[in-house]
Amino acid sequence: MKPYTMDFDVKARDFSSAGESSSKFRKTLLMLSIPSDIVRRASIAAYEAEMNIVIHSYGGKMHFEIYKDKIVIVAEDTGPGIKDLELAMKEGYSTAPKEVIEMGFGAGMGLPNMKRNADTMEIVNHDESGTKIVMTINF
Amino acid sequence: MKLEEVKEILNAEVLCGHDRLSEEVNTACGADLMSDVLASKDEKSLLLTGLTNVQVVRTAEVLGDIVCIVFVRGKEPGPEILDMAASASIVVMKTDYPLFIACGLLYKNGLNCGSEF
Repeated sequence: MKPYTMDFDVKARDFSSAGESSSKFRKTLLMLSIPSDIVRRASIAAYEAEMNIVIHSYGGKMHFEIYKDKIVIVAEDTGPGIKDLELAMKEGYSTAPKEVIEMGFGAGMGLPNMKRNADTMEIVNHDESGTKIVMTINF
Repeated sequence: MKLEEVKEILNAEVLCGHDRLSEEVNTACGADLMSDVLASKDEKSLLLTGLTNVQVVRTAEVLGDIVCIVFVRGKEPGPEILDMAASASIVVMKTDYPLFIACGLLYKNGLNCGSEF
């Protein structure tokens, strides 16, 4: 069966609309009567991924696939990649600039939080050409 | 704890959602780091924060179980924050107490966080 899909462009450093695609994604999940714990986990994973694109990248996109029994979230950006993936996965490690931390983000919890909420998280690419992360949440 | 009680205890001013003070919150979370809020396991929760930008409301909206946001230290959220909270059905209050005291007062009155420590 073909999934229900949603696609959004995410602009770099646009903090006023940051999180909008995750918010629309969440509303769709609720409309489709997806169980609330799944909605919560998927929304958090999507929001952290979206904020990462806003904070760290040159811009990118969020792609969502909603199946009968799982959700796939794809976050893809155009660079500059993750320099040290092992460090980036560590809770509390952050490369975010000061103004981002002042906005309440860049606490070094993004990737760990995504991993915690998704059933699988695959970092397909993380070199200077961009980062692509695929997460699945089963239900 | 009813939001009405939260308002009394914190001597807070309600900025949005005046008609929903009979609603209950089961837990509370005090943080200025939104990723910490996203990592919490609280349900039907109250968020106390000193951070006044739209990402606070966005975080509450994405979590879906934050019933009310209390801005501490007398901080005044801008109209765009209140508009966003109103459309996400989130009650907003402000209190003059700093974060530590505001959390302490609610804790003393029986409100706890969702995680076990």
